[in-house]
Amino acid sequence: MVTELGHFALILALLVAIFQTIVPLVGAQKGWVNWMAVAVPAATLQFLLVAAAFGALTYAFVTSDFSLRLVTLNSHSLKPMLYKVSGVWGNHEGSILLWVLIVTLFGAMAAWFGGGLPPRLKARVLAVQSAIGVAFLAFILFTSNPFLRLARPPFDGQDLNPLLQDPGLAFHPPFLYLGYVGLSMAFSFAVAALIEGRVDAAWGRWVRPWTLAAWVFLTIGIGLGSWWAYYELGWGGFWFWDPVENASFMPWLFAAALLHSAIVVEKRESLKSWTILLAIMAFGFSLIGTFIVRSGVITSVHAFASDPERGVFILLILAVFTGGALTLFAARANSLEAKGVFGMVSRESALVLNNILLAVSSIVVFVGTIWPLVAEAFFDRKLSVGAPFFEAAFTPFMVVLALVMPLGAMLPWKRAKLARPMKQLAPALALAIAVGALVWAMQTGKSALGPIGMFLGTWMVAGALVDLFNRTGRGAIGARLARLTRLPRADWGKLLAHGGLGITFMGISGLMAWSVEDIRVAQVGDTYEVAGYQITLEDVRQDRGPNYVTTMADMLVMRDGKQVTRLHPEKRVYPVQAMPTTEAAIANGFWRDIYLVIGDPQADGGWAVRTFIKPFANWIWAGCLIMALGGLVSLSDRRYRVAAGAAKSTAQGVPAE
Amino acid sequence: MKRLFLIFALIATPVFAVQPDEVLDDPALEARARDLSQELRCVVCRGENIDESNADIARDLRLLVRERLVEGDSNEEVLDFVVERYGEYVLMTPTTGGANKILWATGPALLLFALIMGGLYLRRRSQAGEGAGGLSDDEQARLDELLNK
Repeated sequence: MVTELGHFALILALLVAIFQTIVPLVGAQKGWVNWMAVAVPAATLQFLLVAAAFGALTYAFVTSDFSLRLVTLNSHSLKPMLYKVSGVWGNHEGSILLWVLIVTLFGAMAAWFGGGLPPRLKARVLAVQSAIGVAFLAFILFTSNPFLRLARPPFDGQDLNPLLQDPGLAFHPPFLYLGYVGLSMAFSFAVAALIEGRVDAAWGRWVRPWTLAAWVFLTIGIGLGSWWAYYELGWGGFWFWDPVENASFMPWLFAAALLHSAIVVEKRESLKSWTILLAIMAFGFSLIGTFIVRSGVITSVHAFASDPERGVFILLILAVFTGGALTLFAARANSLEAKGVFGMVSRESALVLNNILLAVSSIVVFVGTIWPLVAEAFFDRKLSVGAPFFEAAFTPFMVVLALVMPLGAMLPWKRAKLARPMKQLAPALALAIAVGALVWAMQTGKSALGPIGMFLGTWMVAGALVDLFNRTGRGAIGARLARLTRLPRADWGKLLAHGGLGITFMGISGLMAWSVEDIRVAQVGDTYEVAGYQITLEDVRQDRGPNYVTTMADMLVMRDGKQVTRLHPEKRVYPVQAMPTTEAAIANGFWRDIYLVIGDPQADGGWAVRTFIKPFANWIWAGCLIMALGGLVSLSDRRYRVAAGAAKSTAQGVPAE
Repeated sequence: MKRLFLIFALIATPVFAVQPDEVLDDPALEARARDLSQELRCVVCRGENIDESNADIARDLRLLVRERLVEGDSNEEVLDFVVERYGEYVLMTPTTGGANKILWATGPALLLFALIMGGLYLRRRSQAGEGAGGLSDDEQARLDELLNK
């Protein structure tokens, strides 16, 4: 019953979405106020209907209603409640429903909080957003219906892939989708502005929070995914350059570029058409990501549904939206007159460089991701493009970005001289060189990766601090420190985002340069040494969890005669899917992680054990979190709210047309 | 209960890739073997190299790589040996030959193009500022109109 109601709500949502796409758009064209105004209740209704459908599906998962095909395929009555709920989006149909839920949520939020938008722009934004809803609702109903029943329900389900039964991964998809779909708002604003033929500072101010929010969610989502890979896959890798990972990384890079170019639109009314193009591209790459994940054209470790029909449908959506928007862009971009005038050396130029580096690096990732497909289709070659390619082709962009970021961030608008910020940044540079040199001297190998990474990371963090302190103006140190607390939140957000990136850089290079690994057979009671730690395999026992059986080791880690930690790595087998997983035991530390994995019993009665010492591992995700926090702090800047209020009062002053 | 464990122990595939019995005694050779393993793709897996994969064929390949190394092959010879049997699909780093030039050149070429376009744009914006005194004729007229109101 609940299921049928959910199904029905979803169909109604599609009808509402079609209505919301057409009526406000016509209203905006003709200037009919009430036709434009219906967009707001329609957006709310659409959201409520999709939420009802999503609620119905969640209910089916929670109550283990195995008459539903989807629940049977992806759930099991013994599964812990958390994973029953996360099972809703741990599969193709449910995750695409979550996707649409977020599309409609963002649409509704634009309706609720967009009071200050000019009514015409608002109607168009909501109509475009709703068009995206139409496409994906149709996609669900026609190719991926989650509400299909089974004629003969089985007694129990087939369980969720055990690798996905993990708290890190339970929340990874919702964050990613919030990010992907958040970019749909920037897209809707861009298309609405193109229809309108007008982009101004206010537009930049409207787009920026949405993009920022999307970027924050993407950052958290990608960070969670990478953290999960690190502890779950059992060998401590954190990024694989897998097509699906790239699918989330490309929109992240574009969102970062868009975020910065929208600043130029907002503050200087320049880079307008470029910003519009970026907004289209950012969402376009979100759609490409969806296509890559869902169509299965590019094999990947975590592609879930390989179905050509779905692939074609998404390709069609991609073609209509991106192609349509780009055509509109080609026709209208010239009408977006640039206003700002600025010198070759200026904040504007620095942001142009930022955009070039981010956009080109993202396209490098894109080409690398689809190259196996292109090579097979056009050159008859079956080949692979793996991590070494991306490391070689992508990393240089990030090195240059890291080098110029602190300098560019401090240049004044309009016209600048390099000498001034360079002088202010001299201490940061000196510190970074010192750290790099120290690291070079201390490390045992002669790899350049560690020292260069530490140099760049320190340079970015110290540069961001100098930048913030520089904002306090002149005067005595005390007075300047006091002024720090009164700086706009956006300045603090910038510090956190730029500094966080530096910390992530240090984490990645430290982990990649100095990771120590040991593989051996240990008998129970054996002690062995890895990188100065004495590790004892004290016991191995077997146990059972709610829906798995486990082999758990008890291992003692000592250093210089003192106990560092006691760890319990596990190897689990989930009987329903007959699949083993490793549960590495990790002692997280500020400078290093101790990472233990227990393997298979050996013929001589010992156990295979793998030990890793992973320096700076946590810095990677700490940096991601700090970046995301920076985005949130910027988002809370009162200038957005003040601006929103100001725009509202002027909008009311203009007589209705 | 005991039997249950045994059954699962039997059906379970190994949970991690490189097994202790594979490791070579010579640490230098072993390090080279690990490097090479990261350059070779597991042919039945989805985008994993043989160093990470716990598939049986990946293990066979790892053993093959070590065998060749022990016999004194250079790294290139080992890679060639494997490519000869499995095709270039096994290489994680695509070659630079033939159409792959497009792949490798995309980044640098696009960057160069973007820098030239960006540079031209910046020059236009900075020159636009030099001539104009700030307001266009239309804007001046509008300003006058506002001021005279």
